[in-house]
Amino acid sequence: MFENVGVLSVVTFTPIVGALFILLVVRGTEEEVARNSRWAALWVSLFTFLASLYIWIMFDPATPDFQFVESVPWIPEYDIYYRMGVDGISMFFVLLSTFLTPICILASWDAIKTRVREYMIAFLVLETFMIGMFCALDFVVFYIFFEAVLIPMFLIIGVWGGPRRVYAAFKFFLYTLLGSVLMLLAIITLYHQANTTSIITLLGFAVDPNVQTWLWLAFFASFAVKIPMWPVHTWLPDAHVEAPTAGSVILAGVLLKMGGYGFLRFSIGMLPVASDFFAPFVFALSAVAVIYTSLVALAQVDMKKLIAYSSVAHMGFVTVGIFAMNEQAVAGSIIQMLSHGVVSAALFLCVGVVYDRIHSREIADYGGLVHRMPRYAAVFLVFTLASIGLPGTSGFVGEILILVGIFQVSTWICALIATGMILGAGYMLYLYRRVIFGELTKDNLKSILDLNAREIAIFAPLILVVLWMGIYPLSFLLPIEVSVAKLVADYNAALAAVADTTSVAVR
Amino acid sequence: MDAAIVFLPLIGAIVAGLFGRLIGDRASMLTTCILLTLSAVLSWIVFFDVAIGGNARTVRLFTWMDVTGFSFAWALLIDQLTAVMLVVVTTVSAVVHWYSIGYMSHDDSKPRFFAYLSLFTFFMLMLVTADNLVQMFFGWEGVGLASYLLIGFWYKKPTANAAAIKAFVVNRVGDFGFALGIFGVFVLFGSVEFAEIFPAVAGKADAQIVFLGGEYHAMTVLCLLLFMGAMGKSAQLGLHTWLPDAMEGPTPVSALIHAATMVTAGVFMVCRLSPLFEYSEIALAVVTIVGASTAFFAATVGLTQNDIKRVIAYSTCSQLGYMFFAAGVSAYGAAMFHLFTHAFFKALLFLGSGCVIHAMSDEQDMRKMGGIYKMVPITYAFMWIGSLSLAGIGIPGVFGLSGFYSKDIIIESAFAAQTSVGAYAFWLGIAAALMTAFYSWRLILMTFHGKPRCDEKTLAHVHEAPPIMWVPLVVLAIGSIVAGAITYSVFVGDGMAAFWGDSLFVLETNTALADAHNVPLWVKLLPLGMGGTGIALAYWMYMASPGMPDALAKRFKPLYAFSFNKWYFDELYDRIFVKPAFRLGFGLWKSGDGAVIDGVGPDGIAAVTRQLARRASWLQSGYVYHYAFAMLIGVVVLVTWYMLRSGG
Repeated sequence: MFENVGVLSVVTFTPIVGALFILLVVRGTEEEVARNSRWAALWVSLFTFLASLYIWIMFDPATPDFQFVESVPWIPEYDIYYRMGVDGISMFFVLLSTFLTPICILASWDAIKTRVREYMIAFLVLETFMIGMFCALDFVVFYIFFEAVLIPMFLIIGVWGGPRRVYAAFKFFLYTLLGSVLMLLAIITLYHQANTTSIITLLGFAVDPNVQTWLWLAFFASFAVKIPMWPVHTWLPDAHVEAPTAGSVILAGVLLKMGGYGFLRFSIGMLPVASDFFAPFVFALSAVAVIYTSLVALAQVDMKKLIAYSSVAHMGFVTVGIFAMNEQAVAGSIIQMLSHGVVSAALFLCVGVVYDRIHSREIADYGGLVHRMPRYAAVFLVFTLASIGLPGTSGFVGEILILVGIFQVSTWICALIATGMILGAGYMLYLYRRVIFGELTKDNLKSILDLNAREIAIFAPLILVVLWMGIYPLSFLLPIEVSVAKLVADYNAALAAVADTTSVAVR
Repeated sequence: MDAAIVFLPLIGAIVAGLFGRLIGDRASMLTTCILLTLSAVLSWIVFFDVAIGGNARTVRLFTWMDVTGFSFAWALLIDQLTAVMLVVVTTVSAVVHWYSIGYMSHDDSKPRFFAYLSLFTFFMLMLVTADNLVQMFFGWEGVGLASYLLIGFWYKKPTANAAAIKAFVVNRVGDFGFALGIFGVFVLFGSVEFAEIFPAVAGKADAQIVFLGGEYHAMTVLCLLLFMGAMGKSAQLGLHTWLPDAMEGPTPVSALIHAATMVTAGVFMVCRLSPLFEYSEIALAVVTIVGASTAFFAATVGLTQNDIKRVIAYSTCSQLGYMFFAAGVSAYGAAMFHLFTHAFFKALLFLGSGCVIHAMSDEQDMRKMGGIYKMVPITYAFMWIGSLSLAGIGIPGVFGLSGFYSKDIIIESAFAAQTSVGAYAFWLGIAAALMTAFYSWRLILMTFHGKPRCDEKTLAHVHEAPPIMWVPLVVLAIGSIVAGAITYSVFVGDGMAAFWGDSLFVLETNTALADAHNVPLWVKLLPLGMGGTGIALAYWMYMASPGMPDALAKRFKPLYAFSFNKWYFDELYDRIFVKPAFRLGFGLWKSGDGAVIDGVGPDGIAAVTRQLARRASWLQSGYVYHYAFAMLIGVVVLVTWYMLRSGG
């Protein structure tokens, strides 16, 4: 039964095996358990990352088809299989997950002092679910992973979070609950339409246009909350504020992308007619999101909240790009998601660095850090600039592709979201100024220490990726492009087919 | 060699920036200075090869992006236009680097300063060597970053930090237009590479483009959007407010970035895109009007400022206006000529004023200077040379300082254009010439002459700048004196067509620059007369009868206040953009996210009853954000409906 199991399963399940190992094998005094759990988690996640690099290296960028496909019967009488595979759209999200997890574990090295073993287990389990979600090619498998991701995330916020963690978790839960229920109904309906849960089959299946509208709305309820779109974004700032640093990193870095991935794979891929119909609605919400949350970010006094709001604004670009449905915009959205995954993760890590030292996230508690922490100031600057999309960083590539794509669809929306360029520069530089520049007057900052070796090891790869994506984005664009081209072609073909049938009917 | 010119400064920046602490101040400074000097020498070699030898070329490095047609590379385009910019940028930058060794000798973060200077030079070189719009945008935003870092170099000063952010954000407003322009160009031409766009322009001369719901003449829309970027970077009227504040940065920065190179990027852009601008009469008219208005506006403000650097900053703003209206009447050669000469004399003036500030123990207020010319004779001489060149002084037909040639040809071109916007530019240019001479000598007289107005301690301290500072200035002084006379014929005279080759494009019907040589004698003499009058006026008011300025200021108080307060642009923008943005942000956060979304959403479900009571109270509260919020929802519905109907 295992002859079909390949590298994707290995990458997906290595972390959970590691988690089991930590749970069952690691023994000793509290201190030993903590130390061994950390090291075990780090090695497991690093191994997973290396294994996932194999996927990238062996990935054939010339074909739009799913690769590394695995298929094992699960409940064959209902055509439910354990199906896995990646294409250009999902491959980099797998890598993003495996890339960020070891960084999260390193970032939690000293910050987490209680229940270290459980924390590391939660992270490894979370990693398995994230990877599985992006690799799943069966709706049931996908749904299981998609919902399961929330459990370790709840725990991470709820157990290791800040003082208002219960409120934050509750809010998160309320928002996602409704979406999940509706998405489940949509999946069942799809199954009844096509008699399969295979995502590959469903991607080629023409769903009845009248049904599409309802299915689209059901999916939208789930993905719009995840990504999040205005006005269902208010759980995000609270969740970020209460989550421990590494929790924020995964939340911003990977979990938000589940919404974007969902839109691309299911809304666009399976429900093209409804997507086309609702695109203006998505554009309007996104444009409001960009301007609204950018303005709100200007007014923030809490660093994490500011970055959380900026995430909503950046995701506004992504949703515009996805529904603009031309190759530049869609490829741009994927790049923007990857870039945001790295940059916002890094920004939360930057906050974590000073939070670990001073235990405050209030912007007003800082100022003049450059005097004591020049290395930190430089690192923070790189990510600030990447966040405002300076050319040469990853943020620019995503933004310009999305903007050039949407310009061909609607110049109004393009002009509206491009104001995010101006406002983004405003709130990020304003944040940077208040934290880093000025005189160093506060007493508790006078002995603050600059980045240590572990922290430099965390930030170095992130900076490298930001510059790599900014200067030579082709390494990423090439594998993405072919799959995106197929998605766009299929989408246009589906719309054309519907247009034909309606015109025949009219005749 | 082409790549070396661009990347040597980057190497210098990396060495000084990352390893500055390791190798020490001296090594960092020498590394960056030597690498830049090398780059400058190579630039001159390339200049003679390309501009004189006619070897225009493009060096392709590697592909940057490529998504179905949206495709371009990192490349170095070296043609005549680029070659001129290369020598200007690297020469001034090298001078400024050496000068900074002296000027920054008391500063304790020298490696950082030199790293930023070199980094700036790298971005500027990427900008001028771009063979496509996106790389130009890369350099464009990159110099903006360097400018941000250098304005805020003394990060302890809150004013410096504020000025740095202002510079970046105001530039972003311009870049917003630039970016939209790039997208429009891509939609119209299917490419953003100059080599693909320019040959196709003539065929699209009458094309239409849909923009913001209307259908307009494509070239006009595109050029106006792109010009918005130029206005931001070159501090033209409306987007100029950042430049005077940028003087918070160290003086070498003001000379390099905010006088000689970065702020001229807008002029360079219009010249580079002359094949586009030539096909839109409206865009050219707008360029002319904006340029002329800025030349006039900035000159009026320069009359009353008391900070020595701010006077020169407004002067820069004004001179950039001249360059733009030259470009606007299709006299691109004249615009580039003035850009070239201006780089020398304006950098000289800034660095000279840096020597003054250095001598006066960091004092910048001219009211606290005076009577020091005997103590700083070299600086004094440099300031005279720079000011004479700026005021455009010379003997017609015999010899003139650099500014004499370039400013005159611009004013004559505006006259020769024979259009109403040309006439507008001509008269404002004449008026600005008068004011330019006046404020330049006001500066010299207030700074160097009269009785000393500083305190004893400062006065005792006044000293001539060390050789490391004044020796590099000799290069600029020579340029300020002879550059105009030497290059006149190739930039705008008989050798013009051969010199520029294909790098500038002018429609055959736009002959202002050629006609400029045949304007009536009074047009040729008027600017010079204005310059002389301005100098005389300044002498009369600040030497002969020193009570005069105050009396005039009192007599014409509203006018004086209007000029002194820079036409109230800062106050206006603060009131209509900055403050409302913060207030709106706060309101949307507390009321939008807090009261409405969470109120109706999660918190509401948790406490329906409490919520009902609260909801009733908002209806009565009349709080403006609730209405704003309701409006936003309305906007979403309306936009959706509109787009559904019009099919996107």
